[in-house]
Amino acid sequence: MTTASDPYVLNIGPQHPSTHGVFRLRVVMDGEHLQDVDMVVGYLHRSMEKLAEERTYAQNIPFTDRTDYLAAMSNNLGYCLAAELLAGVEVPERASYLRVIFAELQRIASHSMANGTFINDAGAWQTPLMYMFREREKILDLFEMTCGARLTTNYMRIGGVAFEPPPEFYPAVDALVAELPDRIGEYTELLVDNEILLARARDVGVLSPADAINASITGPVLRASGVPWDLRKAEPYCAYDRFDFGIPVGHHGDCYDRFLVRLEEMRQSVRIIRQALDGLPSGAHKTEIPLALRPEPGEAYARVEGPRGELGFYVVSDGGPAPFRFHIRAPSLINLSLLREMAVGSSLPDAIVTLGSLDIVVGEIDR
Amino acid sequence: MPRGPRQLAGRDVAARLGAALPAAVAGATDERVDIAALSIVEALRWLRDDAELDAAQLSNLCAVDRYDHFEVVYHLQSLDRNHQIVVHARVEDYLEPELPSCYPVYRGALLQEREVYDLMGVRFTGHPDLRRLFLWDGYPGFPLRKDFLQIGGHHPGLPGFPFETAGRQQR
Repeated sequence: MTTASDPYVLNIGPQHPSTHGVFRLRVVMDGEHLQDVDMVVGYLHRSMEKLAEERTYAQNIPFTDRTDYLAAMSNNLGYCLAAELLAGVEVPERASYLRVIFAELQRIASHSMANGTFINDAGAWQTPLMYMFREREKILDLFEMTCGARLTTNYMRIGGVAFEPPPEFYPAVDALVAELPDRIGEYTELLVDNEILLARARDVGVLSPADAINASITGPVLRASGVPWDLRKAEPYCAYDRFDFGIPVGHHGDCYDRFLVRLEEMRQSVRIIRQALDGLPSGAHKTEIPLALRPEPGEAYARVEGPRGELGFYVVSDGGPAPFRFHIRAPSLINLSLLREMAVGSSLPDAIVTLGSLDIVVGEIDR
Repeated sequence: MPRGPRQLAGRDVAARLGAALPAAVAGATDERVDIAALSIVEALRWLRDDAELDAAQLSNLCAVDRYDHFEVVYHLQSLDRNHQIVVHARVEDYLEPELPSCYPVYRGALLQEREVYDLMGVRFTGHPDLRRLFLWDGYPGFPLRKDFLQIGGHHPGLPGFPFETAGRQQR
């Protein structure tokens, strides 16, 4: 005997642990399988692009913290690079190195959260997440001692960084960099060959390289599909061309590969931080720029390899003290372009794992 | 000089594109190529499929309100050849802006075109699912347009700015 049910609509979220924020999936279910997926976003829309048109270039830096609140440093950096490109501001060597150190610390913190919550979605409730929070806490402590804030750092400035790190920063970051490879080794032992994780994530949410490229997907999700594309190598900004590091890529393009790519990127980030600390030049940490920067009319698009992918800032100037147009290319949003293709036909638990592996941050999706 | 470190000069791209699709190119500067609005899909497809320009990925899509017309801006990139191409399409009709959707060429346009429609009000014809993205159906107006209300703060175009000349160096 078989039983059948009519398709029904299920709302996942907006308040649900597996959506990682205020994000709603409206799915049409046929039994346990998805017939259609529609995402409903906008609950966190704060119209940052509009607000930015009424504030000066420097006043816009704190807004960028609040888009992707798990990677504020990367957002600060991307915006400052765009404003510098537009206004032709030179950045001192030391500031570039400090930017690299903080952006890579931020990447480790963000990937810890990404992997921790992904494992959470896959069924290992909270334990691995708490392990990864341990390292993230130490990184946030370093941010706090440098710029006073843990999440909304507001640390980068147009022309450099806001503050020199205090003297106690260096021993603390040395200790952390020495300790991190062991910690990442712990996760590897605990998780990489874990049978449950393999059963939940292997061959789930597969994305082919051609689809990923055509659908503008970037970051660890693109690299897990086997495309070795990383803006730190392709278009080296700050001082990335001076460091030796690898770009991990996956082979299957499934959720498990995305997890592995993020884990390996954390290791590579530790290498970059070590080299940047060793080679940290002396000198000024920022260039003095006019308080009200008035770039020549024109446009600039600068991008960085954020933890979630290509994080771009498109800034247009009309010669005034505020941007004429300010657009954030949000990788969290654009990586969802193929969500329907990846999720339709799969079972509901697989769809949740797929969504978790994309590592979305709703503040960045909605802006 | 193009601004982006890996950006191709717009004039060079326009010369190659113009040889294949003469009607598509509406102008070019060092920084960008201007494409006639009605040929945008054809031109993007040609840029994607051309072996040398190889614009495999639509990296960014957004629109700019220029008071009397809209510009839709496409940042394309080649992952194999590692370069970037900036394409502008000018939408003349300010009251009923419309542009063909490039979703058939780049599936990455799915959400980005929805976002432009939602916030700037440019209708992309041929888009499979053109709905509001962040705001709800029935929201009055398109907030990123310049004529949408401006709330307090500093308005672009004001003559001066406090502290602008006090002690700091001038560019």
